[in-house]
Amino acid sequence: MSDLPNHHALLLIALAPFVAALFAPWVNRFAKGISGWILATVPAAIFLVLTTFIGDIAEGQTKSFAISWVDGRYFHFPINLSFFVDGLSLLFALLISGIGTFIVTYSGGYLNGHRHQGRFFSFILMFMGSMLGLVLADNIITLFVFWELTSITSFLLIGFNHNKEASRRAAIQALVVTGGGGLLLLFGLLMIFAVSGHSELSTLLTDQNVLRDSPFYLMILLLVLGGAFTKSAQVPFHFWLPNAMEAPTPVSAYLHSATMVKAGVYLLARMSPVLNGTDQWNLILPIFGGITLMTGAIMALRQTDMKQMLAYTTLGSLGMLVMLLGLSEKVAILAAMLFLVAHSFYKGGLFMVVGAIDHESGTRDLTEVSGLRYKLPFTFIGAALAAISMAGFPVSLGYFAKEEIYLLFGPENIWSMVLVLVALVGNGLMMAAGLAIAIKPFFGEKLETPKSPHEAPLSMIWGPIILGVLGFAAGFYISDVGEIFFAPAATAVYAKLVETHLKLHFDPLLLGLSVGTWIVGGLAFYKLDAIRSFLRRVANVWRWGPDQGFDQFMFGLIRFADAVTRFFHHGRLEFYLILVFVCLAGALFAPLVMQDALPNLPAFPNLRFYEWAILAIAVIGLIAVILAKTRLVAIVSLGIQGFAVAIIFLLFGAPDLGFTQLMVETLSVVILALVMTRLHLDQRDSRVLEEAVRDGAIAIVCGFGFVALLLAVLSVELDTSLSEFFIETSVPIAHGRNIVNVILVDYRALDTLGEISVVMTAGIAILALIGIRVGGIKRGIGAAKKRAPKPRTPKKTIARSKGARA
Amino acid sequence: MNTVIFRTVAPYLAALMVLFSVFVLLRGHNEPGGGFIGGLIAASAIAIYGIAAGVDEVRKALVFHPIAVAGLGVFLAAIAGFMSLFVEAPFLKGLWLFLELSDGSELALSTPMLFDIGVYLVVVGAISSIALALEEDEETR
Repeated sequence: MSDLPNHHALLLIALAPFVAALFAPWVNRFAKGISGWILATVPAAIFLVLTTFIGDIAEGQTKSFAISWVDGRYFHFPINLSFFVDGLSLLFALLISGIGTFIVTYSGGYLNGHRHQGRFFSFILMFMGSMLGLVLADNIITLFVFWELTSITSFLLIGFNHNKEASRRAAIQALVVTGGGGLLLLFGLLMIFAVSGHSELSTLLTDQNVLRDSPFYLMILLLVLGGAFTKSAQVPFHFWLPNAMEAPTPVSAYLHSATMVKAGVYLLARMSPVLNGTDQWNLILPIFGGITLMTGAIMALRQTDMKQMLAYTTLGSLGMLVMLLGLSEKVAILAAMLFLVAHSFYKGGLFMVVGAIDHESGTRDLTEVSGLRYKLPFTFIGAALAAISMAGFPVSLGYFAKEEIYLLFGPENIWSMVLVLVALVGNGLMMAAGLAIAIKPFFGEKLETPKSPHEAPLSMIWGPIILGVLGFAAGFYISDVGEIFFAPAATAVYAKLVETHLKLHFDPLLLGLSVGTWIVGGLAFYKLDAIRSFLRRVANVWRWGPDQGFDQFMFGLIRFADAVTRFFHHGRLEFYLILVFVCLAGALFAPLVMQDALPNLPAFPNLRFYEWAILAIAVIGLIAVILAKTRLVAIVSLGIQGFAVAIIFLLFGAPDLGFTQLMVETLSVVILALVMTRLHLDQRDSRVLEEAVRDGAIAIVCGFGFVALLLAVLSVELDTSLSEFFIETSVPIAHGRNIVNVILVDYRALDTLGEISVVMTAGIAILALIGIRVGGIKRGIGAAKKRAPKPRTPKKTIARSKGARA
Repeated sequence: MNTVIFRTVAPYLAALMVLFSVFVLLRGHNEPGGGFIGGLIAASAIAIYGIAAGVDEVRKALVFHPIAVAGLGVFLAAIAGFMSLFVEAPFLKGLWLFLELSDGSELALSTPMLFDIGVYLVVVGAISSIALALEEDEETR
């Protein structure tokens, strides 16, 4: 990578929207009504920068940029912030920044005066940056990070009206579905790296058969499809997309028709050179795509909410794209690219039109608006242009997309013939939905609407009109546009040179299929009310769908979590302790027994009399603990035993450890005594004999377990190379003679930093718990956790002794 | 426990212990001692003072909430780690500055020392804030 010249513009393109997002709230505060126009300069500038690449990309060059982060030399997975542009990336990036420009100004008009408009601009610019980063990404981790960012920003945007419950539900649903798919994708990407050894897409794509020849091909394919199908809302993961229409309309227009939902399509197209063409690919994609296409097209006709209609036709279009990519043929891929762009133009435009109608008349129900063509003439023009392209009338871009799809029709291949017929019916039904939106609200008797309608502001209508005009301009200059944009994009997907030769021509077969589409669409439009009531009757019978399934799944998940919590977190302190110590005993004995490493008893040591004395004190302390009449006496007696141990440490040459042990024992006694006074326990131990025996047995087993472990450790020869290293180097390189301290603050400082962070966090948590108890909860969970100071201090002692031995 | 003798001696005892704890902290790199032990000594000093003179008195004397002191400790330790940024060394690398004093002796300043002071403050802050909170509730009851 490093031998290629870096195009810093690529980094700037991906980062500029994030920077703009940072300043968006201030811009909005000071510029108010025109802030949309000001902020739209960012995507407009990105678009202009991208147009300078067009010439080079059309000649087959690529451009790249990389900052190395985790170097492959030290860690076998190189992680870089790296971008590259080829025909496919450029096409997507142009769509994202171009439509993004209209969307930002549109948001300025649509949410004018909204309390959180600045926040909205922030979110949508962040989304734009994520999406640009995603389509420009080269390193697969970069790709994944931006992929997840689009899910997160989409969550924020869908839940923008966070005081509505439906919005919150839709946002969580979208996040769970696309986030879950993201996890699958992550596995898939890591598998790709493991199998191919390529961490950069640009090099992976040149290594064509590395994945197809791998035994893990199917697994990789399914994982990648898991990511792509959830993101691009393929059946059965489609349900989040119609629900996401809770978002403000600019979001629907941008994320849920033109860009984010196409991220899955982008991923499939991106991976096509290394994944497509196999039987599995050619089977799975067309089937899921075809089902999605029919589901979307049919469900669209059931709706009266125009946004819902568009959402379902978007589903259908996404299904169409997946189906086309699944054919792995040159014509199909070119058709997919044409359809992708045509769809972004007309669907983005239609969404903005519906938003404008909603904004101006107060309703977006198809049956409640009518006769608006004189009140909203420019909106009507935008709607008409979009609907014509959607219906695929010549010479719109939609027409060429449709023609290219129908080129696949041939008697020699039954499979593609079936798919073309599916596409034909789907196209027809979607065309009916598009016509309904372009005609019904504008013609006929004028109905009373919640607001008295008047034309939307310029910021809201220039988008649909320009997109509509572009749809036709691209159709007029189709051969040039094809060579500049679509051929490089299709080449990148097909991995062999694709030449377009697009021009207006009249093939009787294609024309016949087109006419068939128009007839299906016309009939469906004519009989729309009848079809709708029929579909509603079906829906009344057939109630269950993945949307309900999602709720059941989430409900079950919460129930399960609740059951698990109840099982383990029942609030009975004595059972927690029994569980902990029984597990401890198991952990101590099981490895020793299984590896047959139980130590022999060592020879009896020859101790001096004062050492005997200290040992005796420790034993006396122990007996005192057991015999103590009250709990307070037991705690203090425990201190005796602890001090004796501390003195043993001192005598045997671990002054630091002894020192610490003394302080820890003192503080444990003080804190335990203070805790005891707060626990409202009886003065005396109230356990009956059986309980005392049970607890005593567990304690003895644990004690012997530790003895056995220590003896086992001592019976093997210690590897002293580490301690020798510390002894030799602590003065010359760390300037300290106290090795324990040098280890803590220098050699192992990172460990210590982690430990003190834990100490501080535990302190905060304990403070909070003490606060809760003062506040009222007198029993139960609060009381159980109160003992936290006790386990913490011995843990520190263990850490210390580890250091001291080393 | 709350005898006149204890109440009279406790402030002096606590002051001595805090002084000793700083001594233990600073000698730690070469002799037994260090931030952790020093912190524990200082925390016991504060606990003793709290038992003798009341928690309000201690809080007044400390000025800051002890958990804030612990936070400062983590912050200082992290700063000690980030010092190495300035010499393009890895995070937490020990950096040393040896100053010649006028009487010929040498004063060693280092990032491990700053780090150890951080450890000291965390231990003092966390333990004494728990102890004080527990003592406080006992008083109000």
